[in-house]
Amino acid sequence: MKNVELLVIGGGPAGLCAAISAAEAGVDVLLAERDEWLGGQLVKQTHMFFGSEKQQASVRGVDIGKILVKKVEDYKNIEVMENATVLGLYEDGVVTLQQDGNYVKVHPKSVVITTGASEKTLVFPNNDLPGVYGAGAVQTLMNVYGVKPGNKVLMVGAGNIGLIVSYQLMQAGVEVEAIVDASPNIGGYLVHASKIRRMGIPILTRHTVKEAIGKEALEAAVIWELDDKWQPIPGSEKKLDVDVMCISVGLTPLSELLWQIGCRMEFVGELGGFVPIRNDKLQTSLDGIFVAGDVAGVEEASSAMVEGSLAGLSASSYLGYKIDVEKELERDYLNQLSDLRSGPVGEKIRQGLAKALISQEVTNPGQGS
Amino acid sequence: MRIEEHPVLEFKRGKKVYFTYDGEKLEGYEGETIAAALHAAGVKVLSHSDRNRPRGFYCAIGNCSSCFMEVNGVSNVKVCIEPLREDMDVKTQKGKGKIV
Ligand SMILES: Cc1cc2nc3c(=O)[nH]c(=O)nc-3n(C[C@H](O)[C@H](O)[C@H](O)COP(=O)(O)OP(=O)(O)OC[C@H]3O[C@@H](n4cnc5c(N)ncnc54)[C@H](O)[C@@H]3O)c2cc1C
Ligand code: FES
Repeated sequence: MKNVELLVIGGGPAGLCAAISAAEAGVDVLLAERDEWLGGQLVKQTHMFFGSEKQQASVRGVDIGKILVKKVEDYKNIEVMENATVLGLYEDGVVTLQQDGNYVKVHPKSVVITTGASEKTLVFPNNDLPGVYGAGAVQTLMNVYGVKPGNKVLMVGAGNIGLIVSYQLMQAGVEVEAIVDASPNIGGYLVHASKIRRMGIPILTRHTVKEAIGKEALEAAVIWELDDKWQPIPGSEKKLDVDVMCISVGLTPLSELLWQIGCRMEFVGELGGFVPIRNDKLQTSLDGIFVAGDVAGVEEASSAMVEGSLAGLSASSYLGYKIDVEKELERDYLNQLSDLRSGPVGEKIRQGLAKALISQEVTNPGQGS
Repeated sequence: MRIEEHPVLEFKRGKKVYFTYDGEKLEGYEGETIAAALHAAGVKVLSHSDRNRPRGFYCAIGNCSSCFMEVNGVSNVKVCIEPLREDMDVKTQKGKGKIV
């Protein structure tokens, strides 16, 4: 059994920032990451960031990741375990993980869960054919491993990820046949959409996938148009000869560990699915268990980083560390978050968070009991 | 299909390694996953489900369990995150695989 002060689960932007912020306060941190490397989703983001200016908006995601990883490595009080998947959190405070085939038990005094999110899928006949991939998967294959997913792609979903991955496919020399989106509007930022259109890729709104065709792998896709009530219009079918279909219809929090330990969960559509109920310091309904990043509600990397820093600070304070500038730091993080979530773009997130936050009065007294 | 030229990225591939896929000798690079090496070699079908439907990867980050293969005799290995090593024996998995 390994005794640690703080266990951070997941080494994406949220987890890295949580570890840094707690280490800065003097806490001994163990950071467990399932992959062989740190960085989470940032490692595949080769484009300039769409976050705010304050959080390095004009830096590429990969580079932000490198900066954070370097910082983590510089702290002597952060121990990193790579290739280490956390399997379970138990009532007696024990956390189990698997590293290189070994089963390891850890006993932390506090935990920050930052496991991120996973890509949703879409229901249509033959959606299980090889060649039908998550957009993030294609991004990983191309940008991390330098492998093309195929020759011709149909992108399903015109949100930011769908648009960005389409652009990156073209950069890698892969043809994008079309982008379809069921909604009448393009969900992603217009700067990205215009860039795509300039490259000659049609963005078909009010369109969805009817079916995928292929024997051993995808050979073609049939799309059709939707009417005002989102119903398919018979006769509007178009067959596209594509060998790859990218599904980019959103992410959902990877919340298994939260369920398992018994955090109070609530379904909040605006945040991507079931999310943990938390207070404004990111503590869940369980004492000493904090969350940050996409697992707390699908947003973007900038807010994941700020949430990570805040959760790390809250955990340090929970562990009894006296931090001189605690109140200032906390106020700064909260201000950064509200900046990131301001304006029309942040409206959905704000609505979602209103449903996921428990007010201070309710949390303080009998917390975790 | 590997990307040879890219406007933004430079791919620093590791040492070349050889592995077998259903008995056939294939090559890949150290530092990449089994799934990436297979895809580069044109292999998309990684397993056949219980109902004999072909399966490929879906998420490529270890979340969805769509990419199970038999690696060095062990079934249900997520090849989208399993690093490729010299001399690995990779096989298409049938159904739920063997539980040893
Ligand atoms: C395709 C794609 C493109 C995106 N583009 C942008 C963009 O341009 N700009 C932007 O701001 N945001 C973008 N985002 C969103 C952004 O990447 C995420 O919001 C951000 O990475 C969330 O950070 P996180 O730390 O919460 O999660 P992640 O980055 O997902 O990190 C979670 C980490 O936890 C690890 N983990 C999971 N389970 C376990 C376990 N049981 N044990 C140990 N480790 C575990 C994972 O391996 C992973 O490394 C994009 C997302 C995707 C999928
Ligand atoms: S493709 Fe999802 S786990 Fe491997």
